[in-house]
Amino acid sequence: MSAVLAPLLGWSFAAAMASVPFLFPDPYLLAVLTSAGIFIIGAISLNLLLGYTGQLSLGHAAFFGLGAYASALATLGFDIAIGFGLRLRLDPQPVWVGFLSAVVVAGLFGWLLGRLAFRVRGAYFVIITICFAQVLRMVSLNWVELTQGPMALTGIPPFALWLPGQGVVELTSKPQTYWLVLGVAVLAFLIVRQIVRSRIGRALVALRENETLARSVGIRVTHYLVIATVVSAGIAGAAGSLFAHYVRIIDPDVFLFIYTVTMVIMVVTGGKGTLWGPVVGGLIFGLLPDMLRGAARPEAQWIAYGLAMILLVMFLPRGIVPAFTGLLAGRRARVVLPAAAAREAAE
Amino acid sequence: MDQALQHLVNGTVLGGTYALLGIGLTLIFGVMRVVNFTHGELYAFGAYMAYGLVSLLGLNFYLSLLLAALLGAALGAVIERVLLRPLRGADIDSVMLAMIGAALVLQNASMWAWGGVAKLVPSPFDGMPLVFGPVSVLPLRLFVLGVAVALLLAFWFLLDRTRAGIAMRATFQDPETAALMGVRVAWVGTATFAIGSGLAAAAGALLGPVFMVSPTMGDLVGLKAFAIVILGGLGNLPGAVIGGFALGYVEEFGGGFLSTEYRDAFGFLLIILVLAIRPQGLVAAKERVG
Amino acid sequence: MTVPLLQVEHVMVQIGGLVAVSDLSFMVNEGEVVSLIGPNGAGKTTAFNAITGYMRPRRGAVRFAGRDIIGLSPERIAALGLVRSFQRTSIFGACTVFDNALTALHLRGRSGLLGAFLALPGTRREEALLRGEAMAMLDFVGLAARAGLRADSLAYGEQRRLGIALAAAATPRLLLLDEPAAGLNPSETAECMALIRQLRDRGTTVLLVEHDMAMVMRISDRVVVLNQGRIIADGPPETIRQDPEVIRAYLGGAPLGGHHAAA
Repeated sequence: MSAVLAPLLGWSFAAAMASVPFLFPDPYLLAVLTSAGIFIIGAISLNLLLGYTGQLSLGHAAFFGLGAYASALATLGFDIAIGFGLRLRLDPQPVWVGFLSAVVVAGLFGWLLGRLAFRVRGAYFVIITICFAQVLRMVSLNWVELTQGPMALTGIPPFALWLPGQGVVELTSKPQTYWLVLGVAVLAFLIVRQIVRSRIGRALVALRENETLARSVGIRVTHYLVIATVVSAGIAGAAGSLFAHYVRIIDPDVFLFIYTVTMVIMVVTGGKGTLWGPVVGGLIFGLLPDMLRGAARPEAQWIAYGLAMILLVMFLPRGIVPAFTGLLAGRRARVVLPAAAAREAAE
Repeated sequence: MDQALQHLVNGTVLGGTYALLGIGLTLIFGVMRVVNFTHGELYAFGAYMAYGLVSLLGLNFYLSLLLAALLGAALGAVIERVLLRPLRGADIDSVMLAMIGAALVLQNASMWAWGGVAKLVPSPFDGMPLVFGPVSVLPLRLFVLGVAVALLLAFWFLLDRTRAGIAMRATFQDPETAALMGVRVAWVGTATFAIGSGLAAAAGALLGPVFMVSPTMGDLVGLKAFAIVILGGLGNLPGAVIGGFALGYVEEFGGGFLSTEYRDAFGFLLIILVLAIRPQGLVAAKERVG
Repeated sequence: MTVPLLQVEHVMVQIGGLVAVSDLSFMVNEGEVVSLIGPNGAGKTTAFNAITGYMRPRRGAVRFAGRDIIGLSPERIAALGLVRSFQRTSIFGACTVFDNALTALHLRGRSGLLGAFLALPGTRREEALLRGEAMAMLDFVGLAARAGLRADSLAYGEQRRLGIALAAAATPRLLLLDEPAAGLNPSETAECMALIRQLRDRGTTVLLVEHDMAMVMRISDRVVVLNQGRIIADGPPETIRQDPEVIRAYLGGAPLGGHHAAA
């Protein structure tokens, strides 16, 4: 694709998505697309880590859940004991404060996890990230005073936006929420695109391709991996915030491994390390379960997910988007593919 | 003090099964370089098989435990043949993703087959605790510890004294040289995965009468197995036994003296702590540069 | 008297309990081309790893421009102007040749997260500048025509040259080349030698490990000979050629450098 055509296609796609509420004003469709959109934002953020830095981070639901809880708690307010007879109190805040605190809290935890986990690589790293999400789930289950534990946080206010001429408006209608999620998704996409195409993005890809060589040209490993984690976590936190104010009830299950797996499947299906991969994969796996819902029980859906994951790894390891662009750019592919095939054969 | 003794006994019982879990996982990683995400599901599989054989088919309790472990080993062999064999040579991340997919399939298949209601495997042991001075322990738990220790010893014997074990250890140390020396590495892979899976299923079957059996039990147990092998060092067999008992004690003492609610979190916190203080202690060897 | 650019003093490196380098002392002056040679297993690559921060010596000192650099990370050392190339892992395979060069200019850039998000004018100016430099670098090593290809699709000799270009891109003060001519045919070796000369003429000091004795003897201002973890000779090529201990170490007995020796 040429440099002019690609952004044009991208923006037309965004415009087409934006016009869905006019063309198909079906509330069920919008609801499905909205929740798919929230997970696509999560997948876009995960792709920065999984695809571009090449670190298989399997604790991503932690950032999503932290964002959800941070946003919900900031808008509901809380009053908890923090030891030594002291109490920490927060009055209910407007929703935009909740959104920002979701980004900040998730980003801070991203920094923390990055500092700790990037001391190790490979299997160790993967297991650390999983444990991280697991610990947060247990905290959310057991810190009942703050999180209500398994009873869930309820009555979370819907999103509100300041609109010109109308003041602060609660976004309760389906199309409004849909547009908000779409807007955040476009923003997340652009943020990741800007990073990937910058000096930072090149450093991340260099670390993925060859960490030893990357260090030799002066790329600070931990520094850049932590930057990627913080940005990725912040965006995932934003997705969590959207989720909290969309479903308006949050329980510790938001930290479940299955949410991470969902985002991983989206990224891997679409193509990790490609900008459009998480979008394509996210649309497929965001819409598929709802289409299947009437036809099959949830267990069958998860079994299908599991099988899809296995088949993808075996038969389409690079994902849909690279396969597709490979077909489009036939001439270039002929030059590139033999070498790649030779390298794979050599490994 | 008496309370501490009681926790020590409970921790030992728990640690024995944890060691079984950990040693299977670490063996599979050591020989095959595979992070086995299905490990927890094989534990659950073992527990369900024990339940099915004892409760539904009415088989003898001890025979059921043995069959459950063997069925677990068979399932492990199938997973290795169908999934891991074709992925030989793929990068570690791809294999991990495929194993996560397999774990999803197994867990939801057992949800489908057994329903969401937790089950308890009936055992022939009565509920009267044996009392030794200040310490009391249920006979069932003592039996569990005994079998776990016996299995660990049998495993050690297998690895140390038999031809199969020697082939396994050779592959563990250097697959290429082992292949040159006539070890059938592919066969060793299947055997390793079957043994590791069998040990996990045995642990599940053993704890089936102690704890409830539920479809999602594999999640937490799988994560704990990871915690155990991280504590002991991935691929380190004695480390897995030490890590298993360490986790048993940490949970038991942490749950007893600090907080019951966070009992299950202590293992994960321990990992994070170990990493924060001594990451180099976890990594066996530095990779060659250049 | 000026301080040597690189001073290695009594460096000892252990790998897994084995002594790989027992007592290494030598120095490199600004503007020189110095070769570090020795039989296989003499500890040459280990010495490189110790100098560039990839391994930490058990004992000894490494000073770069007078500054102690032991304990610094490789990326920190690179930022000070000491950059190395690698024998095996020398390129970013899945990236284009141009992106390889651009990535290697990392240290020349300053822009951070905010600049990237907002596409600030300063960031865009810097990006344009770096792109120009990357292209100039590829031109310099004769790979400009290959800029759009994936790096792992290059021929072997071209990959080696790209590897050198990556190390030299950010114009380090001292360039460490690990067997730049390994596996090259005679005409490629000649090109490689010309490239190293050009780099020196641009003001880069070069320290190389190399097995191709003909090349070492022709290109070096000074040769340091390492055997069994310690230095056995240090001097201009013509004295090294005659040194009895060096000849013994290289077992042949025949004077070195007459042919493509000892690979």
